[in-house]
Amino acid sequence: MPQPASRPRSTLASLALIGAVCVAATGALAYTAGWLSPDRLTPTKLVDALAPPTGPVRGHRRNHAKGICFTGEFQSNGAGAAISRAQAFEAGQHPVLGRFNLGTPEPLVADASVRVRGMGLEIATQRGAVWRAALINAPVFPVSTPEAFYALLQTSASKEPNAMAGFAAAHPEIATFGAWAKSPDWTASYAEEPYNSLNAFLFVDGAGTEHAARWSLRPEAPPERITPEELGRRGDDVLEREITQRVAAAPARWTLVLTLADPGDQTADPSRAWPEGRRSIEAGTLLVQRIEAEADGPCRAINFDPTILPDGIRVSDDPFPAARSAAYAKSYDLRTAESADYPHHPKAAP
Amino acid sequence: MIAGNTRFTAAQRLLHWSMALCIIAMFFIGVGMVSSVMPKYVPLLATHKTLGLAILALALVRLAVRARSGAPPLPADLPAPMRLAAELSHYGLYALMFALPLLGWAMLSAGAYPVVLYGGIRLPAIVPQSEVLHTLLWNAHYYLAFAFFALVLTHVAAALFHALVRRDGVFEAMAPIGSRIGAAPGTDSDAGHAATRKA
Repeated sequence: MPQPASRPRSTLASLALIGAVCVAATGALAYTAGWLSPDRLTPTKLVDALAPPTGPVRGHRRNHAKGICFTGEFQSNGAGAAISRAQAFEAGQHPVLGRFNLGTPEPLVADASVRVRGMGLEIATQRGAVWRAALINAPVFPVSTPEAFYALLQTSASKEPNAMAGFAAAHPEIATFGAWAKSPDWTASYAEEPYNSLNAFLFVDGAGTEHAARWSLRPEAPPERITPEELGRRGDDVLEREITQRVAAAPARWTLVLTLADPGDQTADPSRAWPEGRRSIEAGTLLVQRIEAEADGPCRAINFDPTILPDGIRVSDDPFPAARSAAYAKSYDLRTAESADYPHHPKAAP
Repeated sequence: MIAGNTRFTAAQRLLHWSMALCIIAMFFIGVGMVSSVMPKYVPLLATHKTLGLAILALALVRLAVRARSGAPPLPADLPAPMRLAAELSHYGLYALMFALPLLGWAMLSAGAYPVVLYGGIRLPAIVPQSEVLHTLLWNAHYYLAFAFFALVLTHVAAALFHALVRRDGVFEAMAPIGSRIGAAPGTDSDAGHAATRKA
């Protein structure tokens, strides 16, 4: 600033400087908030893109909207402690809360119309460490990056006839997921599905050494292979009815399997499976002991954010957990604000 | 209040400027993280929670220090409306320093989120899980954060107005480094150093 020649000009220059500081600070905040970057992929955009053509279903999760709550326990055998100091891997029983769900933004669709089944899971140890996860039955994720996932959602909503062919050409990694999705071998129960983390996490052992791993829940129940047509004939809510009856009779069980990356295995791309033969650890058994309708069940309040990790587990260079966390938070904020629209009392049994 | 003081104590100035850095960082971390799906979202959120609790703790210390050390008087010739604005805005700044971390903490509690800071420090829930409460607290946290930003900006503008236009010693009372303005010889170790005033 040039040396002011007189007091009035000095005052004017000072006021201009003060104004400039305020404008610059506001501009910097606006830039950081993305208000000046309409192309930025935001949680809002991602969540909006998940909505069905008729618009989001208010009061419900924006994806995996149809679901049913469960509680139970994780019986840790202590083997997981070899790669992680997380309390959940200490031998013993740890309380579990979760939710079986369908990968759809519409909570009232028929169970046989949705290929992707999921499990939201929370293992909370007595000493207060909370581990949340959201797993699905697909062996891999459709695409490599959150940006590509957003593009996939937009393409799916597109009315152009060749949109999906063009997308598949640009994102050839979707073929693996596509082959799985098209396979007619469905199962007849939530209890017969494997549930996979898909994303790689870093498991940190007691010495502080990191081990990259993906993990899965492998069902003990033998699968009853069924076509979606046959499943559809059993009713719109067949999966919820079946799991309720099954668990009332006896707990449903899964083995928690940690699969370790070999040196050189990529951990950033959940659309690509690691080769067979990777070292794996069976860390214990998940027991689902009680099923409750979502409306009054304990899972409704929970955001199964896969970045809510206990000491001993961290995110890896896989970009998805962060993107999912941001989008899940947005979905949670929206649906809790729309609580009045949610059917809080369970509907009569079908 | 200690009569005759023209500057805040060194402890008060240290608290003021370190909290200023934290609070300004929080505005940018806050708006940045909620508009991002990038990997940085995870560390930004952890930083936001940790820094928020740090601000709450510092605010408690600051209030105690303020109660003990007081504040230098405003210039006698300060017009009454400006004096009123100064007093009200400082009540607002103090209130928001406490309110925003508490609202954030309560909002996470109402959302059944575990509140975990850097270093694995786990905080207890301070309100019960409730969708209605979560929404109320979320809105309060969101809108009051922008109000806080506006108030901080007003505070900065007023400080610069005192420093550059009125030149009445108000800015120097909280300036991080020494200034000749308002410091009687021998009362302040910084007095007599080279002038640091701008303009």
